[in-house]
Amino acid sequence: MRVKYLALGLSLAVAGSAVIASKATAQEGIFVPLLTYRTGPFAGSGQPIANGMNDYLQMLNERDGGIGGVKLLIEECETGYDTKKGVECYEQVKAKKPVVVNPYSTGITLQLIPKAAVDKIPILSMAYGLSASAVGNDFPWIFNPPATYWDGLSMMFRYIGGKEGGLDKLKGKTIGYVFFDGGYGREPIPLLEQFAKDYGFEVKLYPVPAAEMQNQSAQWLNVRRDKPSWMIMWGWGAMNPTAVKEAAKINFPMDKFIGIWWSGGEDDARPAGADAKGYLTLNFNGVGTSYPAIKDIQKFVVEKGKSQVDKTKVGENLYNRGVYNSVLIAEAIRNAQKISGKKVVTGEDVRRGFETLQISAARWKELGLTDFGAPITSVSCTDHNGHHAAYMQQWDGAKWVKVSDWIAPMKDKVRPLLEAAAKDYVTKNQPWPKRTEPCDKSS
Amino acid sequence: MDILYKIFIDPFVQMGGAPDLLVQTLWEGLVGGVLYALIALGFVLIFKASGVFNFAQGIMVVFAALTLVGLHEHGVPAYVALALTIAVMFGLAFTIERLVLRPLVNQPDIILFMATFGMTYFLIGLGELVFGGNPKIMIASELGLPRGAIEIKMLGGFVSLQKIDIAAAIIASIMVTVLAIFFQKTRIGRALRAVADSHKAALSVGISLEQIWVIVWFAAGIVALATGIMWGARSDVSFALEIIALKALPVLILGGFTSIPGAIVGGVIIGVGEKLGEFYWGPLLGSGIESWLAYVIALIFLLFRPQGLFGERIIERI
Amino acid sequence: MFYREAGQFKTSYSADESVFPILQDRIGIAVILGLAFVVIPLTATSFTLSSVLIPVLIFSLAAIGLNLLTGYTGLLSLGTGGFMGVGAYACYKLTSLFPNANIIVLILASGFFSAGIGAVFGLPSLRIKGFYLAVATLASQFFLSWCFVRVPWLVNYNVSNAIEVPTRTMFDIPITGPNATPMTRYLVVLSIVVGMTWLASNLLRGRIGRTWMAVRDMDIAAELIGIRLYRTKLLAFAVSSFYCGVAGAMMVFLWLGAAEADSFNINQSFLILFMVIIGGLGSLIGSFFGAAFIWGLPIVLKMLPEFFGVKIHAATVEHLQFMTLGALIIFFLVVEPHGLARLWQIGKQKLRVWPFPY
Repeated sequence: MRVKYLALGLSLAVAGSAVIASKATAQEGIFVPLLTYRTGPFAGSGQPIANGMNDYLQMLNERDGGIGGVKLLIEECETGYDTKKGVECYEQVKAKKPVVVNPYSTGITLQLIPKAAVDKIPILSMAYGLSASAVGNDFPWIFNPPATYWDGLSMMFRYIGGKEGGLDKLKGKTIGYVFFDGGYGREPIPLLEQFAKDYGFEVKLYPVPAAEMQNQSAQWLNVRRDKPSWMIMWGWGAMNPTAVKEAAKINFPMDKFIGIWWSGGEDDARPAGADAKGYLTLNFNGVGTSYPAIKDIQKFVVEKGKSQVDKTKVGENLYNRGVYNSVLIAEAIRNAQKISGKKVVTGEDVRRGFETLQISAARWKELGLTDFGAPITSVSCTDHNGHHAAYMQQWDGAKWVKVSDWIAPMKDKVRPLLEAAAKDYVTKNQPWPKRTEPCDKSS
Repeated sequence: MDILYKIFIDPFVQMGGAPDLLVQTLWEGLVGGVLYALIALGFVLIFKASGVFNFAQGIMVVFAALTLVGLHEHGVPAYVALALTIAVMFGLAFTIERLVLRPLVNQPDIILFMATFGMTYFLIGLGELVFGGNPKIMIASELGLPRGAIEIKMLGGFVSLQKIDIAAAIIASIMVTVLAIFFQKTRIGRALRAVADSHKAALSVGISLEQIWVIVWFAAGIVALATGIMWGARSDVSFALEIIALKALPVLILGGFTSIPGAIVGGVIIGVGEKLGEFYWGPLLGSGIESWLAYVIALIFLLFRPQGLFGERIIERI
Repeated sequence: MFYREAGQFKTSYSADESVFPILQDRIGIAVILGLAFVVIPLTATSFTLSSVLIPVLIFSLAAIGLNLLTGYTGLLSLGTGGFMGVGAYACYKLTSLFPNANIIVLILASGFFSAGIGAVFGLPSLRIKGFYLAVATLASQFFLSWCFVRVPWLVNYNVSNAIEVPTRTMFDIPITGPNATPMTRYLVVLSIVVGMTWLASNLLRGRIGRTWMAVRDMDIAAELIGIRLYRTKLLAFAVSSFYCGVAGAMMVFLWLGAAEADSFNINQSFLILFMVIIGGLGSLIGSFFGAAFIWGLPIVLKMLPEFFGVKIHAATVEHLQFMTLGALIIFFLVVEPHGLARLWQIGKQKLRVWPFPY
């Protein structure tokens, strides 16, 4: 009996493994794989982004028949925010000649950075990943527009400076930094410490270990003791709503609590509801459904049931973040078609497309996304990030409201740090390939 | 010298300097500890009755809370949803007994332990498939749980007690009392203790093992639901909650795998210990030491009592 | 009738002590090695090599490591991920200190660091047993994870807080880094794994292995017949961690290419434990089966819908995959609690007596 059951189970498993020798599909089109995560502890943040990315590209297919008349072949690969699965996904999509890979996880990006140059596949890590990869001379295949974490931090300080009446007023004050205890949260610390030196304030660090994301009362008790004038947060996933709730619990003034753009989802502030009123985060994409392109997404994709999104969640912040990500991809592909003169572009063409990426205010308007993002003007051969502006948004108890104009980063402070970090990376990873790819003139 | 001062003197100076913060820290530790104890209680119940080290307790917490919130999202009134969730937990206990425990009877402990991992995976998949993986807001106010905080002016400062935390502490103590009475006074409770002593002897006097198992798994399910509601109200309901359940493990080794009072005392010791440690000694190591401090506390206790504070003494013979 | 030992006589002590005393086993292992070293590198696709075979081999080695501890010595450990991490970080430090040293030597050397740490965290095993010990080993897991994040020296003060694998060559062929072909990496991993498995099998047949098994079966009895418990248990922790450390170093250097502390989290420990239990406690070949099953099954499940031409969302596939994996784990435990290795034995027995049932 037992053996029969087992034989059955095993034969099923073996029959399944025969599938591994899968064949690549030879459909005509531009292959855009999306590495997404809709499962696991970070699914809350991953789902809206995945939906936004998917739906914008779908909409281009439905409305315009793709880009330049060529259909986009979109394929999602589920990573669960797990670096091992991410690499597996990459290997899986690599065989199908993707024009760009979109890892959506800093951990996965780090693993792909050395591989990109060898496999000739550009990597888009939109405002996450390795900040140093903004240096195009060392990382010709990696792009991380519109801004790095260091840019984000400098923008926060511009905002704080504006509220305090000058950054020199910070002298003698304390600024608290609560962060996800990992590479992502630790990255801004060097710049934060430099700012502390420059402006004479004291920094207090409150790390939140991955296992304690939903158990932060000790950190916030420390905050209560240290009484910082401002709190800055680098959080992700379940860490955000918990931090916002804890901040409200200790009566920390919410309008002095600033999160990075990854801490600004609706689901981050909503659980605290009215208590979170005043909570600030940076953002670089517009929120809401008032943009014609978002309306097109609703019309061509969501209404037709081709999306997995909950209809009421279209236009939320992280959904629109996904849309922003796809706009970058689509524009880079369009650019690549223009430069190369080909319809079906390759990864190499798209790399050139990214290096000459320009989205002026007029172009944003043309896309049906007026003022959706700051104009992308300064991505170039040497600068793969561009250091573009972001704005501050505030939670009014029920939704996000834009409360500042576009804030430009302190490029002069950030760029030298980036160059140094890139140099450091290259020296530690000797022999690192020299850039051989020629530069295109910006169009 | 300086380092010795920082370790042995400075924290106490701080405690004396701001007694309100000390009280607050103790309170946070107590509440955290009570919640750890609740998760540990689920483990203990099952371990006592069936000898299974139930790794799935963490995911049962998430699953119960998700079911409750998910049902409410589909328009079921809060209390009906609560009742339905309890029914679901009963169904779960019944299914587990039928499909997992019964076929695996008399297998080594580690095999049963592994089977609970299988259950964990299955429940993660099922929960995400049915309710989606996005975090949900706990329907605390719909269930009549209080919101807001009480601020007490004392000791030259203030101590803020979240009403939800007070409710958590009360509910947890009620639950423990009810369970204790249930096990001490009822027929089923006595049968359960008999099973815990010896499966074979219990079987031979006519106690139905299957029935007992369903009951303890159901009880563990209800404990999981209570934990899920409380912890969900403190942050939100998402699959990240599963990680928190690991915190119950040091509580278990501290309190002993088979002791209900052990789970409670262990929970409080771990909760208070880790909060005090993190708050007063954490900054010496750059903070964020909570993730392993609990284990260190438990290990120190274990060196002196290898079977936990309240665990039964193991007499080994050849 | 296919697998008959009858008539194979041993005429010398060396024949009696050989690893594979039976002719069929020798042929079998030669065929398997031939397949693994020659046929697979020539035929497999780059995806199969780098996302299926390399991880399976690496996890097999880690599973062997845990099996030495849990399956052969009876000490349940949940700290495997941490020990793998020690190996990986040690290897990273070594290669940045000695950039010209042979990377394979460094990978093996990093195992010693892991062994040292493992022995230290094995100390509680002298006092506590069973699940209490399992939970105590979790302390090492969490403490080591914390160290990986908190000690910037370990990552050479990288801003990214991650370890990155530089290109290292041997005989001018890149072995690590982006330029190493999947085939080279596969062959390196395979050689290390085969070598270390051979070592493990000999270790287990000798005095050390026998003392481990004696401790597993009943430690008090073992003590009474003169086995020094603390030495035996700590040695088991050290050797086990050595294997895990090498596996961890290979995981980062020959497979992933970069790693954050998160790669060595508690889920990694659980994953290896699944492999050991599903494969079969106390069986080397079971470690390979377990690794192939636990790592291969999700990949297969992921590809099934596409194969049958069914369009299902990637996320739904993932959910179903979790459910199927969970259900299959329970199914296998119910049907064969001794793991896939036992199945292998049953299979051999069937071949032995075929065509008769007994």
